[in-house]
Amino acid sequence: MSVGILSASYIAASVLFILSLGGLSNQEKAKRAVWYGIFGMAIAVTATIFGPGFTTLSYVILVPLLVIGALIGKTVAERVEMTEMPQLVAALHSFVGLAAVFIGLNSAMGSHDGLTKAELIIHEVEIFLGVFIGAITFTGSIVAYAKLAGRIDGKALILPGRHILNAAAVVFSLILLFMYINTSELWTLYVMLFIALVVGAHLVAAIGGADMPVVVSMLNSYSGWAAAATGFLLGNDLLIVTGALVGSSGAILSYIMCKAMNRHFLSVILGGFGNSAGPAMEIDGEQVAIDGAGVATSLEDADSVVIVPGYGMAVAQAQQAVAELTRRLIDNGTKVRFGIHPVAGRLPGHMNVLLAEAKVPYDIVLEMDEINDDLPETDVVIVIGSNDIVNPAAQEDPNSPIAGMPVLEVWKAKQVFVSKRGQGTGYSGIENPLFFKENTRMFYGDAKASIDQLLTIIK
Amino acid sequence: MKIGSIKEKNQNERRVSMTPASAIQIIKLGHECYIEENAGLAAGFSNQDYIDAGVKVINNAKNMCREVDILVKVQPPTADEVSLLQKDKTLISFFYPGQSDTLLNSINANGANVLAMDMVPRISRAQKMDALSSMANIAGYRAVIEASNNYGRFFTGQVTAAGKIPPAKILIIGAGVAGLAAIGAATSLGAQVYAFDVRPEVAEQIESMGAEFVFLDFDETQTDGSESGGYAAPSSPEFREKQLEKFTQLAPNIDIVITTALIPGREAPKLWLENMVLEMRTGSVVIDLAAERGGNCELTVPDQKILSENGVTIIGYTDFPSRMAAQSSELYSTNIRHMISDLTPEKDGVINHDMEDDVIRGATVCFGGEITFPPPPPKIQAIAAQSAKPIQKSKSELDQEKSELLAKSGKQQTYALVGGAILMLVIGAYAPSSFMQHFIVFCLSCFVGFQVIWNVSHSLHTPLMAVTNAISGIIILGALLQMGSSNLIITILASISVLIATINIVGGFMVTRRMLQMFQKS
Repeated sequence: MSVGILSASYIAASVLFILSLGGLSNQEKAKRAVWYGIFGMAIAVTATIFGPGFTTLSYVILVPLLVIGALIGKTVAERVEMTEMPQLVAALHSFVGLAAVFIGLNSAMGSHDGLTKAELIIHEVEIFLGVFIGAITFTGSIVAYAKLAGRIDGKALILPGRHILNAAAVVFSLILLFMYINTSELWTLYVMLFIALVVGAHLVAAIGGADMPVVVSMLNSYSGWAAAATGFLLGNDLLIVTGALVGSSGAILSYIMCKAMNRHFLSVILGGFGNSAGPAMEIDGEQVAIDGAGVATSLEDADSVVIVPGYGMAVAQAQQAVAELTRRLIDNGTKVRFGIHPVAGRLPGHMNVLLAEAKVPYDIVLEMDEINDDLPETDVVIVIGSNDIVNPAAQEDPNSPIAGMPVLEVWKAKQVFVSKRGQGTGYSGIENPLFFKENTRMFYGDAKASIDQLLTIIK
Repeated sequence: MKIGSIKEKNQNERRVSMTPASAIQIIKLGHECYIEENAGLAAGFSNQDYIDAGVKVINNAKNMCREVDILVKVQPPTADEVSLLQKDKTLISFFYPGQSDTLLNSINANGANVLAMDMVPRISRAQKMDALSSMANIAGYRAVIEASNNYGRFFTGQVTAAGKIPPAKILIIGAGVAGLAAIGAATSLGAQVYAFDVRPEVAEQIESMGAEFVFLDFDETQTDGSESGGYAAPSSPEFREKQLEKFTQLAPNIDIVITTALIPGREAPKLWLENMVLEMRTGSVVIDLAAERGGNCELTVPDQKILSENGVTIIGYTDFPSRMAAQSSELYSTNIRHMISDLTPEKDGVINHDMEDDVIRGATVCFGGEITFPPPPPKIQAIAAQSAKPIQKSKSELDQEKSELLAKSGKQQTYALVGGAILMLVIGAYAPSSFMQHFIVFCLSCFVGFQVIWNVSHSLHTPLMAVTNAISGIIILGALLQMGSSNLIITILASISVLIATINIVGGFMVTRRMLQMFQKS
């Protein structure tokens, strides 16, 4: 296969990848869009295998690797629970990071013949960057995976002087970069690799709980930049294009998530939770509990119901029960809709996928901006396992740590039921005045058990 | 505790304070229920119905009062009944403590406790026991039915073979609970409904019920409804004059007037004057729901239906809820039931008369030999105070702001472009041309990526991450090219990379497909 045909295949693959991402603009197109991506990948891989630069000797090793990899990938994809999607995504990111590290190291070990002085410097910077980004992505994703899967504590790890530690690591890496360029000694690269691995783990360890959507999308972005850096060092345009697409996609997701929490990207990435500017507003009133029968009666009487799910629904695996409740209410003639906050769950769009899995039609699942104006006319809002995203303090209390964060204004509805395990505060530790409002009733208990209880009453 | 309901002594009172349905719920709270013989007959509940619900029937009020701890009633107690209520007994009924000191003093002298259903504070939590509202709702509905009964024409407009019938025009004065209920009933019968209220903030509620708000062009800072607990306050003489002028203007075209205007603790304001009645067409109807407090219409005679000299029927009944005894008993007994349920927080049949609770404190008028009326203001305001309207910016100001913003963002963009251009020049000056070629590709791809990703629907963010995951497995290309190396370590590392990148590609695409299959339209 000639270089010309290889380039043509790469162009085709790039176009197909762009179409694949663009197709995700709506649910119906998206089903076709995945196929664009699959074809693009197939073309790219086939063209590379049959193209110049690939030795026939390698087939013996290649085929089993591809088969084993494909089988593992297939098994994982089929077995994964939708609630485990955040972990899976994080784990897959770590693979890209690791591959980037390996490829970078391989390039460094290979020969650099036939390069001019300037080209060599650029090449070495590319290797260095590729390994650096790849290593951060790798350990960062592994820590994120462990946190999301509950293997390690999800709380933010706050080391004393952590900003200085990170800064020192970056400065030291820069020094190593200059040494590497000047001497081309491999040990500088290895030391930098070690530092980057530690920085990656430390960066993500310092971020916890509700900030995880930002972390996951940030790692998504990094894995893209890692692929792009690899593309530079190999001089492969398809890798650059794809890496840039993925990188910008992750960057936009991170931006959207930060906007939804009214926080600066830097403050999220640097970890820890913002300090409040003053004492929190006093909360009057008391939390009033209600039993299943009371909730069921209100639901049966209501004309319009909005359900606001959060991470608690995913933890309790309550999405099937919620979907069944939705179907019964719709059959009773009630208008049921879902209100999804951009950062609900631990992954961008996490709630949408869970609800889709439970066969909730996507046209009744609305975004925060679409539903907020309708909430004052809504009879009943059920909040299932979410806390900060419905916290009125974000609007009412300028001293609150989440002041200014856009929230679902559920308290404007006529009646609010909050399904919650107990009286404690959520991840952020912020007291939620919603629970003390006159029109709020607390429906304590595990989300799934609570909804199942409603299902026994509402027929 | 033993809870009993007795037959109402007033001949015109057909309601009963306990229904078989409410008794079942009260028994569930751990109480025992008693009813006086035939107490529910007028409302359509037989003694057998009560027995079936587990209620014990007692033959007269005297025995009842001896037996029970809590007596529930509709009307305030008569002198006889007061004498039966001894120390430690509790009465729950309408009581109107502000209207009769003697009644309050005499029952307090006996040492009984009284919870007045008409004193339940108007806060959200207490709505379920707000008997005034539930009775007002019935009164409003019944007023429309009485009006229809006396009107002699259709409410709805029709075009028939025998001619065209215009819809009845109804004016409802006072859009409280009764007024709104009347609006609802009248609009559903097809009438054309106009409604008036001194509180401008209820305009929205009126319109939501399908009536037209009669707008009064009067520039005065209105008293905020929230200050008076959601009730209307007296208006200034100038306002009243303007209001009467408006009504006089409307009167000739109105077929039915339903007045519901009441101000707490005062005589009903006179709003529909004699001259307005005389302006109305023969056959028109005026229903005065404020008749008990003297009436909103000048000609109203309480408890009577009269005909004015120009043939307008004026109805001043004071027992509208009692005229729908089955319905009103059901609602009233439910209000009572909720009150008892609040008094029994543990559901164990033990009464906890918690004077710290806003609702119970508000409703209690005498407790343990002490008069506790009037209650202190509730801790929680009934309705949130109206926030001052934000100052509207004029259109020119808005335009100016917009253009300033635009200019600002334009400036920022220019700076960014200039900065970017300088950066590119610097890179271009030093970097070799092979790098620049790739760099062009990189920059363009970033732009394309940004443009494409902004259009991705929020709900598909998880599939987006999965699919970007899969295509970032494109890194496999690098590994493939390195596999043929003669260096063993390189070959091993490259092979591992191929393996994990394959997992990434296959896993990513398959899980994306699986997710997208799940998204279904209703």
